[in-house]
Amino acid sequence: MSTIVKLPDQSTAQLPKVSYLNKEYGLKSWLLTGDHKRIAMLYLISITFFFFIGGAMAGLIRLELLTPPSDLLAADTYNKVFTAHGIVMVFLFLVPSVPATIGNFLIPIMVGAKDLAFPKINLLSWYLYIVAGSMIIFTLVAGGVDTGWTFTTPLSTHYLNTHVITAGLAVFVAGFSSIFTGLNFIVTIHRMRAPGMTWFRLPLFVWSHYAASILMVLGTPVLAITLVLVVLERTIGIGVFDPTKGGDPLLFQHLFWFYSHPAVYIMILPGMGVISEVISNFSRKRVFGYTAVAFSSVAIAVFGFFVWAHHMFVMGISNYSALVFSLLTMLVAVPSAIKIFNWSATLYKGSITFETPMLYAFGFLGLFTIGGLTGVFLGSMGMDIHLTETYFIVAHFHFVMVGGMLMAYLAGVHFWWPKMTGRMYPEGVSKLAAVITFVGFILTFFPQFILGYLGMPRRYAAYPPEFQVLNVFSSAGASVLGIGYMLPLLYLTWSLKYGKIAGANPWQATGLEWQIQSPPLTENFIETPIVTHEAYDYEWLESKKGSEVPTVG
Amino acid sequence: MHLISPVLWQFLIKWLTNFAIFPPEASTIAPYADALYFFLILISVVGLFAVALLVVTFSIRYRQELSPVATQIEGSTLLEATWTIIPLILFMICFVWGALLYFRIYSPPPNAMNIYVVGKQWMWKVEHPGGQHEINSLHIPINQPVQLTLISQDVFHSFSIPAFRVKREVIPGRYNTVWFNATTPGTYHLFCTQYCGTLHSQMIGQVVAMTPEDYQAWAAQSISGTSLAQNGERLFASLGCNSCHNSGPNAHGPNLASVYGAHLQMKNGQFVTVDDAFLRDTILNPTMHEVAGYAPIMPTYQGQVSEEGLIDLVEYIKRLDSQYRIEQTIDNSGAQPVQTGTTPAGTSAPALAPGTVKP
Amino acid sequence: MDSHTVAAQTAETAHVDHEHPPYLRHHFVNVEQQRETATFGMWLFLLTEIMFFGGLFCAYLIYRNWYYPAFVAGSHQLSIFLGTLNTAVLIASSFTMAMAVHSSEVRSRKALITWLLATIFLGCVFLGVKADEYHEKWEKHHVPGLNFSTADFTHPSKDYKDDKLAPDMAEKTQVYFSLYFAMTGMHALHMIIGVSLLTILVIRAWGGAYVNGHVAPIENFGLYWHFVDIVWIFLFPLLYLISRHQ
Repeated sequence: MSTIVKLPDQSTAQLPKVSYLNKEYGLKSWLLTGDHKRIAMLYLISITFFFFIGGAMAGLIRLELLTPPSDLLAADTYNKVFTAHGIVMVFLFLVPSVPATIGNFLIPIMVGAKDLAFPKINLLSWYLYIVAGSMIIFTLVAGGVDTGWTFTTPLSTHYLNTHVITAGLAVFVAGFSSIFTGLNFIVTIHRMRAPGMTWFRLPLFVWSHYAASILMVLGTPVLAITLVLVVLERTIGIGVFDPTKGGDPLLFQHLFWFYSHPAVYIMILPGMGVISEVISNFSRKRVFGYTAVAFSSVAIAVFGFFVWAHHMFVMGISNYSALVFSLLTMLVAVPSAIKIFNWSATLYKGSITFETPMLYAFGFLGLFTIGGLTGVFLGSMGMDIHLTETYFIVAHFHFVMVGGMLMAYLAGVHFWWPKMTGRMYPEGVSKLAAVITFVGFILTFFPQFILGYLGMPRRYAAYPPEFQVLNVFSSAGASVLGIGYMLPLLYLTWSLKYGKIAGANPWQATGLEWQIQSPPLTENFIETPIVTHEAYDYEWLESKKGSEVPTVG
Repeated sequence: MHLISPVLWQFLIKWLTNFAIFPPEASTIAPYADALYFFLILISVVGLFAVALLVVTFSIRYRQELSPVATQIEGSTLLEATWTIIPLILFMICFVWGALLYFRIYSPPPNAMNIYVVGKQWMWKVEHPGGQHEINSLHIPINQPVQLTLISQDVFHSFSIPAFRVKREVIPGRYNTVWFNATTPGTYHLFCTQYCGTLHSQMIGQVVAMTPEDYQAWAAQSISGTSLAQNGERLFASLGCNSCHNSGPNAHGPNLASVYGAHLQMKNGQFVTVDDAFLRDTILNPTMHEVAGYAPIMPTYQGQVSEEGLIDLVEYIKRLDSQYRIEQTIDNSGAQPVQTGTTPAGTSAPALAPGTVKP
Repeated sequence: MDSHTVAAQTAETAHVDHEHPPYLRHHFVNVEQQRETATFGMWLFLLTEIMFFGGLFCAYLIYRNWYYPAFVAGSHQLSIFLGTLNTAVLIASSFTMAMAVHSSEVRSRKALITWLLATIFLGCVFLGVKADEYHEKWEKHHVPGLNFSTADFTHPSKDYKDDKLAPDMAEKTQVYFSLYFAMTGMHALHMIIGVSLLTILVIRAWGGAYVNGHVAPIENFGLYWHFVDIVWIFLFPLLYLISRHQ
């Protein structure tokens, strides 16, 4: 790594005069940019916007469920609200969250490249995202859509009177945004690595994005064609899924879940990458069993393609396929368990500090463990019969996706905030936010496991009165959770102007991205770096610091 | 000496006493399901505890104040193998146990009594073979296996009785079945758990489990109209089925007496066991189920018979265990106009059978 | 002036030293890397496309297995002449496209434009024939949902050699035609996109692009065009030729 320019001392850090943020000015320089870092920022802003729209919908859902009858929202409105919550959160927040923002910003830097392989396609993918988002906003303004995010046929094709076509096409477009992001990542990781950056020197963040990208590239087109068929069925009335014309609605379920199960790995794998980086950094120690963690990502991606029918155990698939899919579901749980234990073991004999990203990572470990283990409940065929389609599913999904992915996302945003903006977030209030989020989360979603075992079905606007106490707990927790998510929005915005200057490497981290200025130059590196050390080599960092002559910027 | 307002206190009492935390165990399956549930909870608690123990212990022991310099460790194949194999074994136990439970829940015993359920937006229509019709409620006897044959006439629904720990998707165009054996008399929730449109949350009902005596009494006084088989018989006649399926020497169609449960050889050489789903599908798609030895002349009844009518027909054919019944049908229908839609005057000759789709 | 800016400037001057063709984008080290990257990306995109059509082929295989007589009868309603013609047209267009790639490699602007225009022409011929076939389907009431009647299968005309279908199986021809329109429609959409991209390539080639060694766009578009061709090579037997021997 000798080619990297010596960086100024941390204590006297100043914002660099030239960076990707101020190289060019004006709206046009942002909207027509090819720079992966600027596109990441565009994504960050738009994703945050949609997150709060989806969050507002979640708030409405929890308010409605405060009382048993559907009094605040009529059943019809409630259905539209939870559909909007699902579509926005899944397709416009969770799928692009870490990859399109943090991944977009960091993957080229981590592999030592100046940009992603196809900058224009990267920009195109943001525009597709915006088009999809606008179409979803349109459906909300024009009267909503009430299919649920799963678009189940024949309900979506023949029995609803809402904007199903717009919503379906929006998800189609969002799918292509995701395909292009994944494609860009795979090509970049294969072809754009700096000299010396071998596969096993890549940070685990890159490995997990690689695995997620495979799923994006191979899974999303199946969803796309499925939605095309749904739209064709709704518009001109072809009969691929329509039982009255000889089609089979179960085929829709197969095709839909062929994407939508891998989609949850698209959502969680990048988050796992963030956790690897954060835990390694704040325990000053290389990740325990690098290869195991790297390959477990790939294993999750591969197995993830062959478990989709576990969403259909009660639908009447054959006993043999149920057996096979249940078995594979159990197998896909193993790599996740390996990861959890490897992260825990990374702490062993470390030198641990507890900054905000680390707190979020601990939150991730706890919540993802619960989410993963309750997944075993659902993969176990006989148990699934009672639990599926109830609040148990809702709780499980949110533990993995919100407790796992959102925690990881916030860990990542805090961890790389100094790199992205050049300024630190305020440590005290952000720790508070991390704790509030964790507590609020448990309070919101843990009661839903109990509700699920009681049998409370999901997507109910009204429910029997004996479920009320647990629902009140859940709604109370949601308000705490809401505060937990508002806080980062406020203090991170505040820190853009008033945050402490971060300097190049505030965490003393080993990643390539920390060896360049913050915020980085448009070209990332002044010269192409030559990589001579492995990822998470803290001894290398120490030796480098020892030989470094501090220069004042 | 109320610290809080008495009204609020009353409210809280009421609220907290009406507070469910565990569903009633009211079927023979429920204890099996709960056993697996508690085993899974045990695994989860142990797993969560293990992770929490590691994280908390290491966080305290190796925090920066106590451990200023980290010791770099590559990994440990032995340890990693341990935490690969132990979860794998545990998950495999869950898999096998879950599979056993699955087959227990979805394999009905041969002596189960059959009840038909038709789901539609947004109600459950229950049809008992004896001619009892219910909407959004299901009366069943305890200590008696009950099998439900489920079908939807529009979108996906899902039939769920949490107290019995059973659930089955109700799908348009195909029969699904589920069975249970209730153990405790009482009234339990019946939910539609698959999102089915606007009033999904109103597609609920109650399952009333009764002692066999009470059930007999209920069944006796709840008959409305004739039994399903009788309805089916009329429908069979009015649709003209008996012109071919009459078991005569020159019959164009197979003899339907005792056909239920039989192994039939199809035209393509395969053998098929006749069950409810096969009968229903043969009425609608006869060309796809051509029985060896017969010309493919049967017309389709797609769009002419409602799901309830199909149930009546299936129920009728199921009970055709002897030649006598068929001859009875033929006698009955001798004077019948084959066309539906005309209302005959005779009391014993209702031509517009209740199952036909009204134009 | 801080050390970063100095370093950045030296880096920029260093950049100018080695050979730097105008089409080399700034983030690639050299032309080979750029070309390899683009080709790799294209192949990956084609993998995506395989999965996209894969969903349709999967549906086709399932329903063909269930409703075999309906699929046979449905395929007999297609014009084998037009299908063969279109297959020939597409194979010819793949040839002209390959020649276009070759012309780009040998840096002949005139030949490149000619071959690209020939490809556009053949693409349009294909789409025209396809439109004619769709029109025929409309007239014969073979468009599921919008304009469909099973009369051709339950009461076939005299010159129709097949056995007539029972009404229930005749209904299932809707599934066949649904898949026919979905599959050929998606294929035609890819052709339309291809022809549009070709038009852009021709305009750029007119301005002198792609004959300066920058072959990658032509080459990668060629991959796309051949892929769309290959999809048709699968669609043609599945939809037109199935059980023609009967």
